[in-house]
Amino acid sequence: MSSFRVNLRELAKQPPKLLPGHRLCAGCAAPVIVKLALAASDKPTIVTVATGCLEVATTIFPYTSWKVPWIHNAFENAAATASGIEAALKALKRKGRLKYEKVNVIAFAGDGGTYDIGLQALSGALERGHDFVYILYDNEAYMNTGIQRSGGTPKGAWTTTSPSGTVIPGKREHKKPIADIAVAHKIPYVATVSPAHWLDLMRKVHKALEVEGPAFIHAICPCPRGWRFPENRTMEVARLAVDTCFFPLWECENGEWRLTDRSLQIAKRPETKKPVEEYLKVQGRFRHLFKPENRRIIDELQRYVDAVWEDLLKRCGLA
Amino acid sequence: MAEPVKQTVMALNGDEAVAWAVKQCDVDVVAAYPITPQTIIVERFAEFVANGEVDTEFIAVESEHSALSACVGAAAAGARAFTATASQGLALMWEIVYIASSLRLPIVMAIVNRALSAPINIHCDHSDSMGCRDAGWIQIYVEDAQEAYDTVIQAFRIAEHPNVQLPVMVMLDGFFLSHTLQNVSLLPDNVVREFVGVRKPVEVEVPYLGKVPLVLDPENPITLGPLDLYDYYFEHKMQQQEAIESSREVIKQVNEEYAKISGRKYGDGFIDAYGLEDADVAIVVLGSTAGTVRHVAKQMRKEGAKVGMVRLRTFRPFPYEELAEALKGVEVVGVMDRSMSFGGYGGPVFVELRAAFYDLPERPIVLDYVYGLGGRDAPPSMIREIYEELLEVKRTRKVEKVLKFVGVRE
Repeated sequence: MSSFRVNLRELAKQPPKLLPGHRLCAGCAAPVIVKLALAASDKPTIVTVATGCLEVATTIFPYTSWKVPWIHNAFENAAATASGIEAALKALKRKGRLKYEKVNVIAFAGDGGTYDIGLQALSGALERGHDFVYILYDNEAYMNTGIQRSGGTPKGAWTTTSPSGTVIPGKREHKKPIADIAVAHKIPYVATVSPAHWLDLMRKVHKALEVEGPAFIHAICPCPRGWRFPENRTMEVARLAVDTCFFPLWECENGEWRLTDRSLQIAKRPETKKPVEEYLKVQGRFRHLFKPENRRIIDELQRYVDAVWEDLLKRCGLA
Repeated sequence: MAEPVKQTVMALNGDEAVAWAVKQCDVDVVAAYPITPQTIIVERFAEFVANGEVDTEFIAVESEHSALSACVGAAAAGARAFTATASQGLALMWEIVYIASSLRLPIVMAIVNRALSAPINIHCDHSDSMGCRDAGWIQIYVEDAQEAYDTVIQAFRIAEHPNVQLPVMVMLDGFFLSHTLQNVSLLPDNVVREFVGVRKPVEVEVPYLGKVPLVLDPENPITLGPLDLYDYYFEHKMQQQEAIESSREVIKQVNEEYAKISGRKYGDGFIDAYGLEDADVAIVVLGSTAGTVRHVAKQMRKEGAKVGMVRLRTFRPFPYEELAEALKGVEVVGVMDRSMSFGGYGGPVFVELRAAFYDLPERPIVLDYVYGLGGRDAPPSMIREIYEELLEVKRTRKVEKVLKFVGVRE
């Protein structure tokens, strides 16, 4: 593991780099992910954010919640913007015009800005090898515009553009394997994180910042509004995603796959793996799946999750 | 005027002239994507990088959208940034074209004018850059490769001026300029370096930070590109309007200063007139066609016809006062538009000029000639016909049609 050490007492004393007073919904996991990620950055940091909930709710002019230099460009170009920032820092450093030894560049984008409209810019930036960290906060739909399906929405989920109708019961397609797509670029570091496993999240972000070249972090980001659960259950939902292997925690460092934290424990004690149903039943967006005629989709989701998990165990040399 | 410095003459096409200017301006970041007829700019610049002739981060991006997006990131981080594109590339960038100017980033972009699809066409017209004339960029159209070189150098000075802080587009006609070899006088590297200097970000007053540089700096964490609603958005748009109005003075001043070192001057920076001292009729034109128009005007003046011309160099901000002054006494003006405004009253230059002239105590008759779409040639014979028609209108005061499409099959 990385040399990253964190002292909880010290961490609690650290002034946050995303300040309170922002207008993200109560129970939103995004600010938790952002605060933990920024706390893991121990060097001067520049942040760019794609259009989305995180951007609009934290920067309503003339207010801002950001204690780091921050830029929002557009929806689909967080990775391209980060490329430009990184290139500028390199050039300015070489020419003696940068007052910092090293500046961390972090791009945050939601699932819409990553799986869908931003995939091209992301792929380009990963291929070019810019030294930056891209953090996907995945709330599995276009929440900023009011819960429309994205390439990151899981099969069966209700959204306003994949409604649970009498003929079609929610989204018909599985989630795009976005982290695998990042790995396929053969970049030095890719990892998945959950805000419920905060230490694992911070370690991974720290490692991502340490590696030279691009790193991609996929964070599951429960959304009480869109996923239809009470706002005090965010961390429980985030934990269940991992406990059911719906969202396993892993990292792939220079092609070497490793399970981490709770997912590694599940691999060692498979009997602790919870059924997917436990994750689905706490979320209103899957409610229709519990009707008798739709139960087959729950079975299918279980088979899908099992297959992905088995494949992951193989990649990690644990099967 | 001080003696201009000794210069090196090289045979360059317009694209190469642009690449040379960028090379000498010590640009920190170039992010670009190839598109005909701009490609040579990217290729030459990539060679400068590969041979260690520039100290620039070159980002060979995966699209024009990312090219300008990366320039936005780079310029926000304090770098001098450049990109170049044409036609579809500019169309793909469109979203970010507005963002670059609204974030007040002094990016310079060369546009090698090319017609827009469909049908796909790689040749010159001005529909691409005219399409984003309201995007808040300063827009300068050049006449030849020499001016392309000179204007790119000037563009950094204009863009980075503390009273401006806006991006600048430099337009050169596809193929007519981009691919035509001309003798270009190049200033020595150190002279250009001194002229453009090093980019210094301006300082802004931020309530919670005080006076800080307008740049992404961890010590002074500003927020760029926030959500801005009906309570502030309009004021921010007014600031952009003020900035582009302030650029009028700067464009003129930079044109003068540049003349001192180079010996080359482009009118007053906005318009370049010929034969207007006694002209009865005149043509207003942009870009490379101006050379042909001047040539025909010279010939006709020798024949005794009182004709003149104005080359409109800076289209944004629009030089309405300069045009009114220059065309004072001219009875009939023919505007040559190399782009369409489908369903409009005429092409963009015509509509703008005519509106600006509406309040003049003595208005000339203003006619529009849309020409040269998709690279269609504009030979001297066509220009002569336009002049003859303008002279005929002057004699008869009869206007058959205000908007005409010339050089096109019926």
